[in-house]
Amino acid sequence: MRKVHFKGIALPYLLLLPQLVITGLFFFWPAGMAVYQSFLREDAFGLSSQFVGWENYADVLSDPTWLESAARTGVFSVSVAVLALGVALFLAVQADKHIRGADTYKTLLIWPYAVAPALAAVLWLFMFHPNIGIFGRMLNALGIPWDYRLNGGQALTLVILASAWKQVSYNFIFFLAGLQSIPRAVLEAAAIDGASPMRRFWTVVFPLLSPTAFFLLVVNLVYAFFDTFGVIHSLTQGGPGKSTETLIYRVYTDGVMNLNLGSSAAQSVILMIIVVVLTAVQFRYVERKVHY
Amino acid sequence: MDLAEKTRRRRRREAVVTHLCLILGVLIFAFPIYLTIIGSTHDVNTIGRGDVPMVPGGEAVANYTQAWEAGGGRYMGTPAGRMLANSLVMALLIAFGKIAISLTSAYAVVFFRFPGRMVCFWLIFITLMLPVEVRIIPTFQVMVDLQLINTMTGLVVPLIASATATLLFRQFFLTIPDEYVEAAKIDGAGPLRFFRDVVLPLSVTNVAALFVILFIYGWNQYLWPLLIVNDRSLETIVVGLTKMIGGGDSQNEWNVIMATAVYALLPPVAVVLLMQRWFVKGLTETEK
Repeated sequence: MRKVHFKGIALPYLLLLPQLVITGLFFFWPAGMAVYQSFLREDAFGLSSQFVGWENYADVLSDPTWLESAARTGVFSVSVAVLALGVALFLAVQADKHIRGADTYKTLLIWPYAVAPALAAVLWLFMFHPNIGIFGRMLNALGIPWDYRLNGGQALTLVILASAWKQVSYNFIFFLAGLQSIPRAVLEAAAIDGASPMRRFWTVVFPLLSPTAFFLLVVNLVYAFFDTFGVIHSLTQGGPGKSTETLIYRVYTDGVMNLNLGSSAAQSVILMIIVVVLTAVQFRYVERKVHY
Repeated sequence: MDLAEKTRRRRRREAVVTHLCLILGVLIFAFPIYLTIIGSTHDVNTIGRGDVPMVPGGEAVANYTQAWEAGGGRYMGTPAGRMLANSLVMALLIAFGKIAISLTSAYAVVFFRFPGRMVCFWLIFITLMLPVEVRIIPTFQVMVDLQLINTMTGLVVPLIASATATLLFRQFFLTIPDEYVEAAKIDGAGPLRFFRDVVLPLSVTNVAALFVILFIYGWNQYLWPLLIVNDRSLETIVVGLTKMIGGGDSQNEWNVIMATAVYALLPPVAVVLLMQRWFVKGLTETEK
């Protein structure tokens, strides 16, 4: 902690003012409104609203379609995280080896960080569109009926692939930084002891990378929960049916499209709780890491 | 065969496998872009028929000009030139805005002692847990009340609060030695002078790294512009592009859509490639 400070009361408040005004107006006020609205129900014409207690929550949590969305979000998020982490770790281990052109490979694997999730979806649409996409047509030509606009399982697969594709470069950057911080001497010692490359990876490298991997797991889950809205919106709009509707997409449809404010607000509050838990887990881990 | 020769052969075999894996990885990421660039150089019928070509065609100039000047898709949307300008303004304002207000807030929290200091810090910190996505409807209502719908102000200002940037600058400011502050005080320099002449110059690297991350964050915004903007003259390119695609009809003007996609990709990719070193350092240091 700092021991020497400047004097003054007005100046620091003035410096903090812009940030505090913005967070107050656009973060805390709406978040408070969400909590407030989650206890209200509006009549069909939106003219009056009455206090209904926990009813909105009870309705949401007992709605089978919401529970399906929740389960789908779980499958979706875990698939995206596992896929994006696995591919990134594999590529980072390869790129960390002493080979010619390693830097070029790194650059060519880092740039997709710049691609917006919605744009990643568009690129995958160009490949897997049943009529204009090269792979979509190929699948159909091979006798596999492919149309992600009609088949729910195919839609979900495509959304998972596009979302994971976009996230690999982010994970790659962190895994590479993690690998580079492992002391060479440790690896050489293992090699001299006669451990095979596979064994060296699983007994030396992977345990040393596990803090990075855990941090990335949380980040990837948060990404899959929230930032994939753009992927879903531009690729499937939650369809066909509800087969790609995640929880976040549902808040959007219920609130913006169906104007069901009470229910949308209750869903928002449930999602806030999920974010709080995930963030808390992440920071607990960071605290622990700072100490060793 | 002697051992040395064996080892050499094994090494070479391993190197080949490594190269193959990496080339495959690079291809997985480059191929979709290649396909899009190729598509943007053919006429609408070639793509609409589904004869996806693997080599460039001769329609590049026509497609890119149409996308730039008129737009395309079923609704003859907004010209890409307009959308790019909007995205650029939005991304730059978000990046600079976030950096500016985070610098000043972190400076206040670190270099002053005042009542409510930690409360302010926690208020900023907690916003990490309130992403736009979980407060869509009430935030929208606030925007309506403040008459910020369909304005650049509405697009930018609510996004420039930044817990991450404030945390990063706070961490960095804590490493500035107390002696610097004492020396400044002895020389009679006030807090604003110290900020301008000592703290800002020391922060340049951090600002540059953060700029790349925040520029891309701003450029890639999706849900927010979708909610706040329905006036075409304010359309940003990422949202505008997906509006051109709509439900994914085969009759879409795919050639123009693909040209627009290339426009949307170029600026953020260029920023990442040009500032790669700073950006990688900044990313791994900020988010840990």
